[in-house]
Amino acid sequence: MTSARPSLAVWKFSSCDGCQLTLLDCEDELLDVAGALDIAYFLEASRATVDGPYDLSLVEGSITTPDDVERIREVRRSSRRLVTIGACATSGGIQALRNFADVREFAAIVYAQPEFVVTLDTSTAIADHVPVDFELRGCPIDKFQLLDVISAYLLGREPNVPAHSVCVECKLRGNVCVTVAHGIPCLGPVTHAGCGALCPTYDRGCYGCFGPMESPNTASLTERLRELSMPDDDIVCMFRTFNAYAESFRRAGEDIAGRTSRATVPPYPARPEERHDAQASRESHDEGRRSGARGG
Amino acid sequence: MKVDALARVEGEGAMYVEIADGAVRDVQLQIYEPPRFFEAFLRGRAYTEPPDITARICGICPVAYQMSSARAIEDACGVTVDGPLRELRRLIYCGEWIESHTLHVAMLHAPDFLGYESAIDMAADHRPAVERSLRLKKAGNDIIDLVGGRAVHPVNVRVGGFYRVPTKRELRPLAETLREARDDAIETVQWVAGFEFPDFEHGHEYVALTHPEEYAVIDGRVQSDRGLDIDERDLLEHIEEEHVAHSTALHAHLLERAEYLVGPLARYSLNSTRLSPIAADAARSAGLGAECRNPFRSIVVRAVEVLHACEEALDIIEAYEPPDRPAVDIQPRAGVGRACTEAPRGLLYHRYELADDGSILDARIIPPTSQNQPTIEHDLWHFVEANLDLDEEALKLRSEQAIRNYDPCISCATHFLDLTVREVDQT
Repeated sequence: MTSARPSLAVWKFSSCDGCQLTLLDCEDELLDVAGALDIAYFLEASRATVDGPYDLSLVEGSITTPDDVERIREVRRSSRRLVTIGACATSGGIQALRNFADVREFAAIVYAQPEFVVTLDTSTAIADHVPVDFELRGCPIDKFQLLDVISAYLLGREPNVPAHSVCVECKLRGNVCVTVAHGIPCLGPVTHAGCGALCPTYDRGCYGCFGPMESPNTASLTERLRELSMPDDDIVCMFRTFNAYAESFRRAGEDIAGRTSRATVPPYPARPEERHDAQASRESHDEGRRSGARGG
Repeated sequence: MKVDALARVEGEGAMYVEIADGAVRDVQLQIYEPPRFFEAFLRGRAYTEPPDITARICGICPVAYQMSSARAIEDACGVTVDGPLRELRRLIYCGEWIESHTLHVAMLHAPDFLGYESAIDMAADHRPAVERSLRLKKAGNDIIDLVGGRAVHPVNVRVGGFYRVPTKRELRPLAETLREARDDAIETVQWVAGFEFPDFEHGHEYVALTHPEEYAVIDGRVQSDRGLDIDERDLLEHIEEEHVAHSTALHAHLLERAEYLVGPLARYSLNSTRLSPIAADAARSAGLGAECRNPFRSIVVRAVEVLHACEEALDIIEAYEPPDRPAVDIQPRAGVGRACTEAPRGLLYHRYELADDGSILDARIIPPTSQNQPTIEHDLWHFVEANLDLDEEALKLRSEQAIRNYDPCISCATHFLDLTVREVDQT
């Protein structure tokens, strides 16, 4: 069957499946999406696979195995436009906590036969390995932002995904500030918008699952958290959850923990031979973002 | 013969089958989902963090991880959460059963029975059924959304209860959604009951939580159909886990027994007398007896559980009186806490050892799929052996279906599905 519709592929690396599930969670829109795009590769939903190249690839998950490193390059080669979905693909995810520790020690804690486990020392973002055209944030991503990214692709426009902080979303919702009013520690001032200020709406502080906003002042927030009598170790933990290896959150934790503690991290990224690639991809990634070029 | 990646399962895995001289020689469910080391990096984190952190083990059943972890930590701190807070926990869990099961029934499993590659292809000929399923799935997500804040990785669950509890008024529109969902669920049971099922039965020991008054979800005793009857806290002491080279999920066996099965078939067979009235009627009309031993019929059992969850959720909403406080106060202390809950795919055990300041010294998590993995291999062995007369493509498809019967969640069990059937040439 030939199709004039653009083809969509969904790829998974190390992840919980929650972000690709978000596409299936678009219950009201799923059949329309399937009408506008030819779903060529989406293993969680379909046995049928069509060979590339693909017009739009959504990539979930982080790079944690030697095989992943090869596979993501193949995915990039077969994709005209590549969009990462979620915190794992965009910053390494919760599994990037290994980057602050010894992965062999981790393997020995979980597995009786750690030698069976094939894994890299680090969990890293897709953009550390290949050029990425757009990064959608969140742990998990927001389904309306996902639909906007897909619509934007179909219409040839830029995705409408604001890079301001969760604080702005609280103001838009009319929330009372949980920190000011109740002294609750909150990462809202440094966290990328997208969730609609969910946690403060449910009377808790933001825990940063959308990762850092455009220009986060983490040092100022650290001081505010100290004023709330939060111990430094707890502040480090607060920055080190689902986006622990996103650059500004990683630096915020390091600044507090200092270079002498267990929190000392390997050079970023961990493997010297990957450093060149990663920097190059970060640069081309930034360029892709600036020009807003639709791949092709 | 070889299929490169098994589709319509959560996570990634492979199945390897070796056939020689018309007999099956080896079956391996290979799980290559890269390890993420949750139990390792939980060490040193605060006792308040596991509900948020362990939710990330699985995007399809995050509520299960939140419930097992919260209850295990409460156990360590000597606290029991009951009353309206327990009811709200059951309510959000009903939402997850509806969402996760409907995803599997309609989008992952039904295409096998009707001969489609995906639910989207199926929609071309069965649009009303697919639309009904999407509506039903959405109703489940609506519960999680409202009680938990969002459908994937809800933010409102904490150790001790919730951050904020809904008002009666906030829950009211949900009741309307659920009354419609209940009708959709009845039709879904009727729809899947009409599928054709291969004649195949297994004799595995069934293990599930049981509760004197409820179709157990959130707590209870761990029982089996062959006399196992233990406190939920003691599960780890009754199983052994084995690490095999072809899987990053650990295999579990019952001590001094054999492999066992958790999940919808086990739950139904142990608890069918405690189904809600409409679900019990629907089960009977669908031709299910008091127990179900044909894994292909698990699709009917899941549909019945969805209907039950809709009724249960409605009852909870109708009887709901908001608690005085959104959470019970918890003072951390040194100790060990353990708990089981019924994730959509079966028994999920968490164990935490806390230091006196509440930091985590050790964490153990036993997800349902790692308990079922040896059983799935066992079933596949017998199923392939009984169907060696099928041509290659048909055998491959049937084998994949036999795996999907268990809705294996490979992300949970860490723990990738690609099917290889290798005919060993003996000449």
